[in-house]
Amino acid sequence: MRKTQAAVIGAGPAGLAAAIEIARAGGSVTVIDENAKPGGQLFKQIHKFFGSRDHRAGVRGIHIGEQLLAETRELNVEILLDSPVYALFADRTVGYIHDGKEGSLKAEKIIIAAGAAENILAFPGSTLPGVMGAGAAQTMINVHRVLPGKKILMIGSGNVGLIVSYQLMQAGADVAALIEAAPRIGGYGVHAAKIRRAGVPIYLSHTVKGVLGTDQVEAVEIVELDSRWQPLAGSEKILAVDTLCLAVGLTPLTELAWLAGCEFAFVPGLGGHVPKHDLNMETTVPGVFIAGDISGVEEASTAMEEGRLAGTACAEALGLLDGPKAGELKAVIRQRLDALRTGPFGEGRRKAKESLIGLSGEGRS
Amino acid sequence: MRVLKHPILGDDERERDAHILVDGKPVAAVTGEPIAAALLAVGIRKFRVTPRFGSPRGLFCGIGRCTDCVMTVDGQPNVRTCVTPVKDGMVVTTQAGLGKWEEEP
Repeated sequence: MRKTQAAVIGAGPAGLAAAIEIARAGGSVTVIDENAKPGGQLFKQIHKFFGSRDHRAGVRGIHIGEQLLAETRELNVEILLDSPVYALFADRTVGYIHDGKEGSLKAEKIIIAAGAAENILAFPGSTLPGVMGAGAAQTMINVHRVLPGKKILMIGSGNVGLIVSYQLMQAGADVAALIEAAPRIGGYGVHAAKIRRAGVPIYLSHTVKGVLGTDQVEAVEIVELDSRWQPLAGSEKILAVDTLCLAVGLTPLTELAWLAGCEFAFVPGLGGHVPKHDLNMETTVPGVFIAGDISGVEEASTAMEEGRLAGTACAEALGLLDGPKAGELKAVIRQRLDALRTGPFGEGRRKAKESLIGLSGEGRS
Repeated sequence: MRVLKHPILGDDERERDAHILVDGKPVAAVTGEPIAAALLAVGIRKFRVTPRFGSPRGLFCGIGRCTDCVMTVDGQPNVRTCVTPVKDGMVVTTQAGLGKWEEEP
């Protein structure tokens, strides 16, 4: 059986950042990911990130991904790809499949950074080809350079819906409209302004009534909602589009944390059920840490900071960093996390995170 | 449709070097791209039909989780086309229901 000091599950922004911190402290670390390429969802994010210079703001997601991979190479971080993890055993053995064969990795500490998956929305016709996650469409255009459709309707005005609408236009698609069930736009005004300037109508207080088509999407019927979220009879409109993208939030991918026996809390502001964790990102199962969207859906920049925090705490627990040094490093990361969790959007997430950490006890500082 | 020119990503200069058969028809694809991308590029969106009602399904999540996009590939049913890379000479078939294993050639 293979052995390592730390196993990191997931090679996205959180997992890679965690692995880099452990390797930098001199630890042996193995990252395991089910995908053929590392980087998680960073390589489809061709827009510039927000935040301060410390958070690499103004740098596009794809370039942040390249920087992280370059750091893992310099530090000789081992990355096992094409290897879905199917089990976490009580002795911290990680079971995975590679090339059709079982493999196992015995680790002293485990960091789960499995990410999140897009939510679905059910309505008549929601299973027809041409209805897809906004993230799926984004992967197709920005990673695989293929348009999933020519004329698109986007549901959801959060940052994903706004940014992917703009990126679909950059890739040459026609975005017919964006609809939002709430009476106000969910994401940043700057992103909404960009697609409005490009001539895309945004229908607030509107939802999808159904998709029309036999073998694929041919049109979508939308309807206005009243102040009690009920459809207004007679307000239906039919939009001739071939693709409907859903940008209606994400849910943390928590299966492995359930398997590990972690205690959970239900925090709607973080995407649903999330493992309880302390200020070191350690769950209620000693030696099992989490980082990134699995600990509450936020942004890639927060995921990287959480990864650094979990990695540093893990290195401390392994005895690679002494208490004062680790404390110093963690204080800087926590400050950066606090800075990311400010403003009208960040504030809610900060409070949700604090309530989650409160539920889990103070933890070590 | 392929995105050959892009304001940020630049030109896509990859060669369509893989020749695959989709329901018997030749499709030119790029080695290593997901099968689903190669099909969407030529306008194929219906990847399978469901076992009971025969309703069409296609790409949905694009990250290998929902299994809506499965097809029969080189005789193996239920292959997730959004995460399975194209190889030259692949034989891809629209899957009916749960599909069935084909004889080894």
